[in-house]
Amino acid sequence: MPAADLDVRGLSAGYGRTHVLEDVSFSVPAGGRLSILGRNGMGKTTLMATLMGLTRLYAGSIGLGGQDVTALRTTGRALRGIGLVPQTREIFKSLTVEENLFVGLKGRPRSAIDESYALFPRLAERRRNLGSQLSGGEQQMLATARTILGQPSVLLLDEPLEGLAPVICDMLMEAFTRLAASGAMTILFVEQRLESALGFAQDVIILERGRIVWSGTSAALRADGDVLERYIGVGGLH
Amino acid sequence: MTRQAPDSAAAARPMRSLGRDSVGVALVAIAGLAGYWLFPDNLSFLTRMISVALLVLSLDLVVGYCGIASLGQAALYGAGAYAAGIACLAGVTEPFLLILIGAAAGGVTGLLMGTIMLRAHGLPQLVLSIAIVQLLHEAANKAYSVTGGSDGLSGMAPAPLFGIFEFDLWGRTAYLFGLALLVIVFVALKLLVRSPFGMVCRGLKQDPLRVSALGISAFPVLLRMFLISGAVAGTGGALGAIATQVVGLDSVSFELSANALVMLVLGGLGNLYGALIGTVVFMAVEHIVAAFNPFHWLTLVGGLLVAIVLFAPRGLSGSIDEAARILMRGKRRTAP
Repeated sequence: MPAADLDVRGLSAGYGRTHVLEDVSFSVPAGGRLSILGRNGMGKTTLMATLMGLTRLYAGSIGLGGQDVTALRTTGRALRGIGLVPQTREIFKSLTVEENLFVGLKGRPRSAIDESYALFPRLAERRRNLGSQLSGGEQQMLATARTILGQPSVLLLDEPLEGLAPVICDMLMEAFTRLAASGAMTILFVEQRLESALGFAQDVIILERGRIVWSGTSAALRADGDVLERYIGVGGLH
Repeated sequence: MTRQAPDSAAAARPMRSLGRDSVGVALVAIAGLAGYWLFPDNLSFLTRMISVALLVLSLDLVVGYCGIASLGQAALYGAGAYAAGIACLAGVTEPFLLILIGAAAGGVTGLLMGTIMLRAHGLPQLVLSIAIVQLLHEAANKAYSVTGGSDGLSGMAPAPLFGIFEFDLWGRTAYLFGLALLVIVFVALKLLVRSPFGMVCRGLKQDPLRVSALGISAFPVLLRMFLISGAVAGTGGALGAIATQVVGLDSVSFELSANALVMLVLGGLGNLYGALIGTVVFMAVEHIVAAFNPFHWLTLVGGLLVAIVLFAPRGLSGSIDEAARILMRGKRRTAP
């Protein structure tokens, strides 16, 4: 599936009666990268879940490649090309690495999993290990590889570096950068590590209490210490 | 990080799995053949055991691999048994054709059962499965002209196997025919549960939401599994009909469904070997203990089940796995 543009308009969503996102609008061109920043609890994960159809939507629309996918449920959106790598990874712990990858094939031949091993050679070494036997970094690689196997046109990465050792973060970032450079998918990147987020994407939005309070380029944000201090909690980049 | 794909390792993977599975299947065949030589006077009982093993394997597909609660699996078994029995009395006596008819009847019933049961989850789903088997039981009871009602179907005379081997009084042909069927079905199911489809089913059992986020709709996947499960159970039912040449209401009963679930839990859910081990242990205990005390043999089975659930929650097959792992670890430690 080729990369598609994503157009989000006036999105309001939440859980039950609780509104978490309010009037969120942004767009990402096909093959583009967007980083989503904000402190904890500001709605970043809810935004990812809403794009995937996992929350209650109160208002707004989601356009994917020029088509409105708002009315589609989770499976339908995934079939249209949205792929989520959740913050919690959610790999199948009683399945081996290889078996986890089988689940993500979406009808592709088994040999396609070699693409995953090419992207993350560590998974090839651990292919016979159960999901429960993997380290956090390996679980993240597996969750990412499993989603990418389905060839999404828009990839949602929700805090993929959370709690991982720096060396693993570097490996993952290298893989994400390679994926992004291929232009095969549009990537939305939620991340707490400011340097990684700004280095990865051309454009950034900042969420504060479920609303977009700042949007612009990574370069502009780097230069604006006040915005960083106010919304992210750092006065300058380390 | 390099971009090199481990091609040789990838190519070696299926070969290693195939080797391990071949050993397992060979063990099943050898155990079956050993039964033929060791218990020549009990071949009818052993054939019944194979027929029920097919039912328990079919139950494992939906309960063990997909996490669907069911206490009505005998509906699929009974559909296969009655279809084969009715066809045989109507003049279709070729054993392979009767098996196909049984499998088709079981498959169609599985589709219908799945369509109804997949509308619910958890306890309501379990209740639906009981309702379906009770409805079919009652339908078989009332449709006397077709099913023989409470008298059942009798007088079937399957043609000799390959036109040569008669289904004799000692049950030799039926047993070997059943054993061959079991091995074929077992191999097919091994391939199925190892396939990407099998993995999706196991994924659905663990986390349906995650599977849906990967673009897989649960209903058609589970319905397909019901169809396959029905075909396997129907094959078991047809084998029972051919072997005993009688089909009774017990083949479509809640009791048989419940017993099949007990056998599966005893052997270990989500493990095809477990389904076989559970069937053999349950039916052997029933056969031996019931001969001494026909009224209280279930007490022993009940005690065994409580012990298994408490001390070996993965069933007998899980305990065997664990013992083998400990043994291997010990061997590795003592190796120079």
